[in-house]
Amino acid sequence: MTEVLIIGAGPAGLAAARAARRRGASVVVLDSSDQLGGQYWRHLPAERPSAREHTLHHHFRRFQALSRELEQDAGCRVLRNAQVWAIEQGGGPGASAGPGAVHVLLGEPDGTHRERLVFRPDRIVLATGAHDRTLPFPGWDLPGVVTGGAAQALAKGERIVVGDRVVVAGAGPFLLPVAAALAKTGSGVVGVFEASGTPTLARGWLPQPWQLVSAGGKAFELAGYVAGQLRHRIPYSTGRAVIAAHGTDRVEAVTIAGIDADWVPIPGTKRRIAADAVCVSHGFTPRLELAIAAGCALGPERFVTVDDGQQTTVAGVHAAGEITGIGGVDLALAEGEIAGHVAAGGTVADPAVAGAVRRRRVFARFARRIEAAHGIGSGWPAVLEADTIVCRCEEVTYGRLCSIADSTASRSLRALKLSTRAGLGICQGRICGRSIEELLQARTGGLGDGSSTDRRPIAAPIRLGELAAGITAHPATDHLTDTAKGTQ
Amino acid sequence: MLPAGDDPIRPAAPTPLAITLDGERLEGVAGQSIAGVILASGRLGFRRTSAAGRPRGIFCGIGVCFDCLVEVDGARDVRACQRRAVDGNVVITQHDALPVPPSSERGGRDD
Amino acid sequence: MANDVIVVGAGIIGAACARALALAGVAVTVVDRGTTASGTSAACEGNLLVSDKGPGHELQLAQYASSLWDATVARLREELGQGFPSLEFDRKGGLVVATTAAGAGPLLDFAALQRGAGVEARVLDAADAKELEPDLTDAFHAAVFYPEDAQVQPAIATDALMASAQQHGARLLENTAVTGGIRDSSGALVGVQTPHGPLRASRVLIAAGPWSGEVAELLGVALPVRPRRGELLVTSRMPHRIFHKVYDGDYVGAVGSDAGELQTSSVVESTAAGTVLIGSSRQQKGFDSRLEVEVLGQLAAKALRLFPFLAGAQVMRSYGGFRPFMPDHLPLIGEDPRLPGLWHATGHEGAGIGLSLATAELVRDLMLGTPTRIDASPFQSSRASLLPHLTGVAA
Repeated sequence: MTEVLIIGAGPAGLAAARAARRRGASVVVLDSSDQLGGQYWRHLPAERPSAREHTLHHHFRRFQALSRELEQDAGCRVLRNAQVWAIEQGGGPGASAGPGAVHVLLGEPDGTHRERLVFRPDRIVLATGAHDRTLPFPGWDLPGVVTGGAAQALAKGERIVVGDRVVVAGAGPFLLPVAAALAKTGSGVVGVFEASGTPTLARGWLPQPWQLVSAGGKAFELAGYVAGQLRHRIPYSTGRAVIAAHGTDRVEAVTIAGIDADWVPIPGTKRRIAADAVCVSHGFTPRLELAIAAGCALGPERFVTVDDGQQTTVAGVHAAGEITGIGGVDLALAEGEIAGHVAAGGTVADPAVAGAVRRRRVFARFARRIEAAHGIGSGWPAVLEADTIVCRCEEVTYGRLCSIADSTASRSLRALKLSTRAGLGICQGRICGRSIEELLQARTGGLGDGSSTDRRPIAAPIRLGELAAGITAHPATDHLTDTAKGTQ
Repeated sequence: MLPAGDDPIRPAAPTPLAITLDGERLEGVAGQSIAGVILASGRLGFRRTSAAGRPRGIFCGIGVCFDCLVEVDGARDVRACQRRAVDGNVVITQHDALPVPPSSERGGRDD
Repeated sequence: MANDVIVVGAGIIGAACARALALAGVAVTVVDRGTTASGTSAACEGNLLVSDKGPGHELQLAQYASSLWDATVARLREELGQGFPSLEFDRKGGLVVATTAAGAGPLLDFAALQRGAGVEARVLDAADAKELEPDLTDAFHAAVFYPEDAQVQPAIATDALMASAQQHGARLLENTAVTGGIRDSSGALVGVQTPHGPLRASRVLIAAGPWSGEVAELLGVALPVRPRRGELLVTSRMPHRIFHKVYDGDYVGAVGSDAGELQTSSVVESTAAGTVLIGSSRQQKGFDSRLEVEVLGQLAAKALRLFPFLAGAQVMRSYGGFRPFMPDHLPLIGEDPRLPGLWHATGHEGAGIGLSLATAELVRDLMLGTPTRIDASPFQSSRASLLPHLTGVAA
């Protein structure tokens, strides 16, 4: 029986698990959270049941049914609080062939004596998702300035709003569900400020509107958000950006400005408004470190390269969801289903996945339209000042980044990280990496060492004591036994 | 945090818990993250940065930015947004000053 | 402008040699298939050590180098100004401890030999050792302190040396690979081929670290430099509790061995950024940089023997590089007798950062015909210990 290990229990991972089970594979699903659902279905914990929780989500009943199905399936083992911290490539020195060894820490997040497991599955499906890409701007490091994902996680997972007068800003249709979640959690949303101007949006959204119709649920979902905006009377402006946040120890106000098609602020359009929280998201960064660790190649747009069967360039390793391209939940579900099916021995031509293949095509086109409409404008650095923090962990300012790039005349990203400290803090470049790369590309006239900030051989922090302890538990090769770890 | 009585999703009655933050007692409910308990108490910033001593709290909320680090029951570098609060947790805010540079280097640094 | 010397490799050895030659008025062009500090120099720890070297030629070179670092760092700061990032040079000293009873005698014997060669190696009692490092394990059997050991940020040091070299007239051509050699009618090497065209000079100096063998082959000679992989762990920032370089006393054995299989020996120190660096491993596995959890596990376990409090430290990243390993454990410095015009400055194994400054002065003096401060013949490729590993020149 084929053993399929699925990393990530968001929409793509859950869909893959079900499809793999339907093909008869034995399945293990790992997620670093104590909940299933990933970010899209981030929900209240079991200790806080709520009668109408589904009103906060899309397809929540579908998610609940899917989770229940997998958890009750004796052929599917679900491990929560399971953090994959390293992948050793198959065929490496002393290693057997196959997709590789997956090293897991099992226990509470950032614990000190977590169990260490290692899996050597026949097949791996990587479904590690994405996180917000938030560009730096003056004052973004003030408490109260958070990402769109944080606003969602707090609203849907904790029933907490970050503020009572909240500004939502950035780019992309994700701003709408963020505003909706805030509104449904009792927050006053001052406005939603979308960076793309109406002509750019029209170019993205309007051509071939039948694509939106065939995207079915997507159009209805967005219509729901827009309607929600109107019901809560939340103004939605285009061609606008938060160019600065102000405050002493927390955000108290923001400056909004009109921006041009390249995202450069337009003189004379600045407006200061009071706000006690700011939720900013300019798109998404895929979480690639495990795919890179497994040896998977990335394409020119820096997503995992996959074929029709969602297989990566490493035999036996598949990828689905945001790491193959930012495309939202429907694309993730379709890709996940195909990945799980093929990983479990099926082919993409099988009738069982015909629906998923069709949906993948439709929603992939939709995703490309989103990118065309909401992609980050090249002039975004125009808002940076010399004392604007660009690497949050190491407190590196834009001024320092530039002056060191100039004085060393280095064109090595690796060396510049070492000399500026940018990207070397505990988040290991997750938040700042892509931005630092763009700023240094511009400042140096072109980086020449071919390295990137996406590579993290240690994919999550591990305590030195845990690392020294070696493997402490051995998952039974028969995956059908109950786990006794108390994590389910 | 939205009070249970006002919440349109109609939550069941929560189970209370309490933690301490730098010795001060904070009340929360079972299921909340440590960050959730702290934020619900009205604190937005609960860490000071190493170089400039600036306040930080939640930023990404999903465990990737590592801004929200606290010490929990003696363990440093715990992401408050990822760790569920347990009744009796002793939470300490983190601020790690940079090492003092060697005498040959002092005055040679910018910033 | 005629190039007197082409330096192949913009790591710390190439940068230091370029600077020394440029300061002496030699026209220098540095070429690298990547960028400055894109290889081992940005993937190592930044060790400037005498503590791990027994009496011999490498120690002599290390002592020579050690005498140059303070003044060079000061001079670089003057030349490059306050805006240049700090090299983080810190003569913090190294504390070597024997963590086993069996290791105590050999450590103390080694230290005595080193003292005979002019190394300051102070035997400490337990109380003195704990005063230097309060969080050091109590379970050690001997401790020796080497005040000369120092630390530098190796990538920044490389950038600084290269920037200084350029200030003094050296030319840098990055993303310029050497694809072959240019010979004159007598068969001497008079330049290199690159994708951007030929570069001519009276001398070509190979300073390409573990890739020196590849470059040498392109130029027509075999060079027995082999990569020896090393891994390091980096913790997150923590309160400052480790004040010197601290090593397990079995470090010395690892450096001098030929063994290809994994060897680990603990080295622990703090950095200016507040993190803790933990090394070190040695493996011969070609240029394979793929992660091996077993290696990281051994590094962790051995570090905890020195500093038990580190059990709670978060490892946030690991990185590694390839040392240039020579079969007779000495760097290769000087002209290649097999091919007139071909010079070498390579093979420094794990000591290249520290030895760079002395290597550069030797290269300069040998090229200009001025007296060298120490005898350079032990480093030349004509040495007896290396001859079995060399072959002739391809036509």
